[in-house]
Amino acid sequence: MEGDIVQMGAYIGAGLACMGMGGAAVGVGNVAGNFLSGALRNPSAAAGQTATLFIGIAFAEALGIFSFLVALLLMFAV
Amino acid sequence: MSEAQGEGLVFHPMDQFIVKPLFGDGAVHWYTPTNAALWMAVSVVAIILLLVIGTRGRAVVPSRIQSVAELAYGFIHKMVEDVAGKDGLKFFPYIFTLFLFIVFSNFLGLLPKAFTPTSHIAVTAVLAMLVFVTVTVVGFVKNGAGFLSLFWVSSAPLPLRPVLALIEVISYFVRPVSHSIRLAGNMMAGHAVIKVFAAFAPLILMSGIGIAVTPLSILAITAMYGLEMLVAFIQAYVFTILTCVYLKDALHPHH
Amino acid sequence: MANEHEAANMAHDAGAAAAEAAGHAAESAGMPQLDFSTFGNQIFWLVVTLVVIYWVLSRIALPRIASVLADRQGAISGDLAAAEELKAKAKDAEAAYDKALADARAEAQKIAGEARAEIQAELDAATAKADAEISARAAESEARIGEIRAGAVEAAEVVAKDAAAEIVAALGGKADAKALAAAVSERLKG
Repeated sequence: MEGDIVQMGAYIGAGLACMGMGGAAVGVGNVAGNFLSGALRNPSAAAGQTATLFIGIAFAEALGIFSFLVALLLMFAV
Repeated sequence: MSEAQGEGLVFHPMDQFIVKPLFGDGAVHWYTPTNAALWMAVSVVAIILLLVIGTRGRAVVPSRIQSVAELAYGFIHKMVEDVAGKDGLKFFPYIFTLFLFIVFSNFLGLLPKAFTPTSHIAVTAVLAMLVFVTVTVVGFVKNGAGFLSLFWVSSAPLPLRPVLALIEVISYFVRPVSHSIRLAGNMMAGHAVIKVFAAFAPLILMSGIGIAVTPLSILAITAMYGLEMLVAFIQAYVFTILTCVYLKDALHPHH
Repeated sequence: MANEHEAANMAHDAGAAAAEAAGHAAESAGMPQLDFSTFGNQIFWLVVTLVVIYWVLSRIALPRIASVLADRQGAISGDLAAAEELKAKAKDAEAAYDKALADARAEAQKIAGEARAEIQAELDAATAKADAEISARAAESEARIGEIRAGAVEAAEVVAKDAAAEIVAALGGKADAKALAAAVSERLKG
């Protein structure tokens, strides 16, 4: 019985952790959207900033990956 | 590994990441040739095919393979030069090695039945620690104690500086963690999601609802596969460019 | 596809499959990424891989690609320099051509001018000569007209004298020839 409760908690936690991915999605969208609006205003400066764009996306996306990892850990490792 | 069961679907999204010996079923010792070793070797062979065999013509007007090799060379060379500066070019072979290994592992891992070495935290942690150690050593060798000025943000107001220094130190030591987990997590996530969708695919053999679910899941696998192609490249790119950024911090620590 | 076939088989043989899957699941519980027993193996092979790639790159591939790129750069910049040189040569040639053309034009102008001047001079000379001739002839004619006129006057005088003498004689007078001549001359003058 106790084991079942632990497992239930782990699954609920995994589901909750997946909400973090929504935050990452918002973050990545924010980065890309702002890059696009800036790039449309000054297209000549955009080409030099794609590296920054990808770094920003990677940082934002990494947090979503962390929450995914937490979900996986709760499901498979706890 | 999506086995349909009498009672329903069983998901084994993580089974694809199991490291097993190539020959026999014994324990995995450090020297055992495993599937991880096999796919690393395949990526080495692919790299040699592209960069050594592909360029053996040394043509001034390149063949297709040679121009791909030159493109990769120019891409990373420019990245190192732009981000880390001219004195970062000493580390170009090292960074190119990391990039090639990651990009080939990622793409070869997308082949059906393949194993993705970069989806394992053990592999990416070693890569990230190599970068971390290199950057730290280079920073101290090049700048001596001046490397510590990386953590002392001289443009901030004085009372804030100790707090910022603490944050900077923490973020410096978190770098290898995020660096490695980003790559492994992305690879693992994509492959696992594909496997989850794949587990829905045989539903058509078991119940009527499968007529709707199976095509959907196959479509979803296709879409995820396309996304994974993108992610495979972008993660290699991001790993490499972050290495360059860290290297720039080591070579020019002043903010 | 093999999986589907296998799946179909297993769906038929549900009991055995369930047992096998359960055993499989139990054995593979947990994330393979966190199976520390495989870390040494992966790290070992990773290091071997990285060393091989690094060695191949730094010994063979990178110098080769760098030299190819440098060759190409050299070829391109050499070609560009040659093209630049040819362009400069073409420009020089064009300038020389233009200069020659201008010279030729000037020469032609000069020759034409000279010819015109010469012709003008000849013309002038001819005109002058003609003028001189004309004036000479005119003078000659003038002289001859004068002579003729003088001759005519003389003849008229003689005729007048003769006529006067005749008239006097006819009137029955006896005219002194001398006085008659004087009187006629007097009248002719007056």
